[in-house]
Amino acid sequence: MQKDILTLDKLPLGQSGIIQTVGGEGILRRRLLDMGLTPKTKVMVRKKAPLGDPLEIFLRGYELTLRADEAAKITVLPEGDEK
Amino acid sequence: MSIHFALVGNQNCGKSTLFNYLTGSNQHVGNFPGVTVQKKEGALLRVPDASVIDLPGIYSLSPYTSEEIVTRDLLLYNKPDAIINVIDATNIERSLYLSLQLIELNIPMIIALNMMDELTASGGSIDIKAMSEALTIPVVPITANSGEGVAELVRQAISLAENKRLPERLDFCSGPVHTAIHAIAHLIERKVRAKGLPLRFSSTKLIEGDSIFAHELELSPNELDIIGHFTEEMETSLGTDREAALADMRYAYIEKLCASTVHKPVHTDAQMRSVKIDYYLTHKYFALPIFVAIMGLIFWLTFDVIGSFLSSLLEEGIDAVTATADAGLTALDISAPMHSLIIDGIFSGVGSVLSFLPTIITLFFFLSLLEDSGYMARVAFVMDKLLRKIGLSGSSFVPMIIGFGCSVPAIMATRTLASERDRKMTIMLTPFMSCSAKLPIYGIFIAAFFPDNGSLVMLSLYFLGIIMAVLSGLLLKSLIYKGKPVPFVMELPAYRLPTSRNILLHMWSKAKDFLHKAFTIIFLASIVIWFLQSFDTRFYMVDASESMIAQIGRLIAPIFAPLGFGSWQAATSLLTGLTAKEVVISTLSVLAVGTNGAPALNDMFSGLTAYTFLVYCLLYPPCVAALATIRREMNSSMHTLVIIIYQLAVAWLAAFIVRHIGLLLGFN
Repeated sequence: MQKDILTLDKLPLGQSGIIQTVGGEGILRRRLLDMGLTPKTKVMVRKKAPLGDPLEIFLRGYELTLRADEAAKITVLPEGDEK
Repeated sequence: MSIHFALVGNQNCGKSTLFNYLTGSNQHVGNFPGVTVQKKEGALLRVPDASVIDLPGIYSLSPYTSEEIVTRDLLLYNKPDAIINVIDATNIERSLYLSLQLIELNIPMIIALNMMDELTASGGSIDIKAMSEALTIPVVPITANSGEGVAELVRQAISLAENKRLPERLDFCSGPVHTAIHAIAHLIERKVRAKGLPLRFSSTKLIEGDSIFAHELELSPNELDIIGHFTEEMETSLGTDREAALADMRYAYIEKLCASTVHKPVHTDAQMRSVKIDYYLTHKYFALPIFVAIMGLIFWLTFDVIGSFLSSLLEEGIDAVTATADAGLTALDISAPMHSLIIDGIFSGVGSVLSFLPTIITLFFFLSLLEDSGYMARVAFVMDKLLRKIGLSGSSFVPMIIGFGCSVPAIMATRTLASERDRKMTIMLTPFMSCSAKLPIYGIFIAAFFPDNGSLVMLSLYFLGIIMAVLSGLLLKSLIYKGKPVPFVMELPAYRLPTSRNILLHMWSKAKDFLHKAFTIIFLASIVIWFLQSFDTRFYMVDASESMIAQIGRLIAPIFAPLGFGSWQAATSLLTGLTAKEVVISTLSVLAVGTNGAPALNDMFSGLTAYTFLVYCLLYPPCVAALATIRREMNSSMHTLVIIIYQLAVAWLAAFIVRHIGLLLGFN
């Protein structure tokens, strides 16, 4: 069964996904790409900050934090469903 | 012939640790001209005629942050003899992303593969030889913390620089990106060579749409058109845009390289440990209480235990020196004005500030512990949502917390903020955090007027400061700094034990800064104040009440009349309080001599005006040291003046409102 593509902020905690697209523009988009959030990269949502935002994600062997607003610009395919 | 190295690398890659290891205390810290980006330079230990510059930690060479621009400009226009690119071996993919861009600069380059001990301990390994061959530059494994491998790194770096050995391969791309880069390189080759810029790098940056570079090369509209055309062609055939295409191209190469050379567990031991520590430190319910407890402990240790103990020791020392100097001057029969200048002016002025040195160093000891261990990044992570409400990001929280100790280090700590907008806002708001120098003022007034409600008064003042910062933040956000808040995308580095070398060097550099200030600004201010309070307008030495400063006090006193404390003594004390907040109290005690040394406050203030006076003291502009720091960090006298005027206005209005609410409630 094919799962729908989600935005990164909607990915459940502890779940991995494969990045499909990276939206946003200018400095933000550039920064996301530079930090390794490029299409086909695997990311996992580690946890949410105590107040619910920002998120902590794990990718390319390191931990990154970004806000839900920014994560909403990235689409991911939940892992295990990409067939 | 001397050799200049440049250290380049990501944040948290151990670059500063390597820098400290290479240079020892042999380093100068300054700013790059025109921007507030820190520049550290030093001579190499044990190597004659070689120096190294520590460039800001960056992730890419795109021109978006001032750090990136500074690094780029330095590498392009003041070419170092070799680049030492520091890489975190446990975080190799993202680190190599910067390396691939650095290689394009066509400068001799060596990779220092740091934290190899951590990788090996976790069962990982890197095929150094294969990686070095693939990248065509030397790669040396090191552990900057212990210094392992550093001697070999230096040896290879020097031979590299002496032989001017360039990377043999600059090209890590394929397919349409490759085609576009080469087509554009061909087109711009003549102009790029004439400017002495690296061709390959220029070409890549033009594809990325780097307008600064297009301007620099003075390209004609026609050439820009052709570049645009090549780029669009590349985008069409890849089905993606230019920025993603290049990032993707670099990461694709890195993934391939790492697949064949790097063997690494998903998480290293340090990362596993960090996840476990973060279970508590960024826990949904525990995070805030733990943070409050840690800060409370630091303030208690700094201001109550260690710092104040050392400060009082130093104070005794200074008093002893002052007494000796006093006796010496008397013995030598030095004229009275000169004697007074040296003792009452310079010694008491500089001495009172100097006694804060241990407190400040202690505070910085703890702060560098928090910073180097990786906890500060977590604090920013936890606090981001709260600060976003006033238009800031989590990273601004740390300087504000330090502001409760002292505004000077707090304002300096804003250097860690990535965005200029956040930096300026944080600098403006930090002085509202009640600094420790204001405590003596509160203490003496509370003893005189509110002996029964002391802690309530104290707490209300601290909270009022925070409220004013929040309101000012909202105001600034809606009026001046309207722009969107900058994105908050930050690495959470693994927790690591800070090295004592780093911490000691950090404390030493802060101590140097502070001593420099004490003997320049404070020294001059002390002389000026002494002069103003010792002479009248005809330059006769007079009693303080007849002096120039008293006359100035009388002149400005009417401004404070609506606030209920219009006496010239109060006005004068506020004025002299600009040198250091404690001076408010020492001035009042000189000008309003009461019984047994304590100022006769009860004659000048009622309960309500005393509280209003404290509100004014809390909010009005900070001391000259803080103002000078603001001036330096803002890099603008105009901005500093605006801040002073704003704070004067806020303090006056707040005091006015407090007074009238008090009157309405029937206080007197």
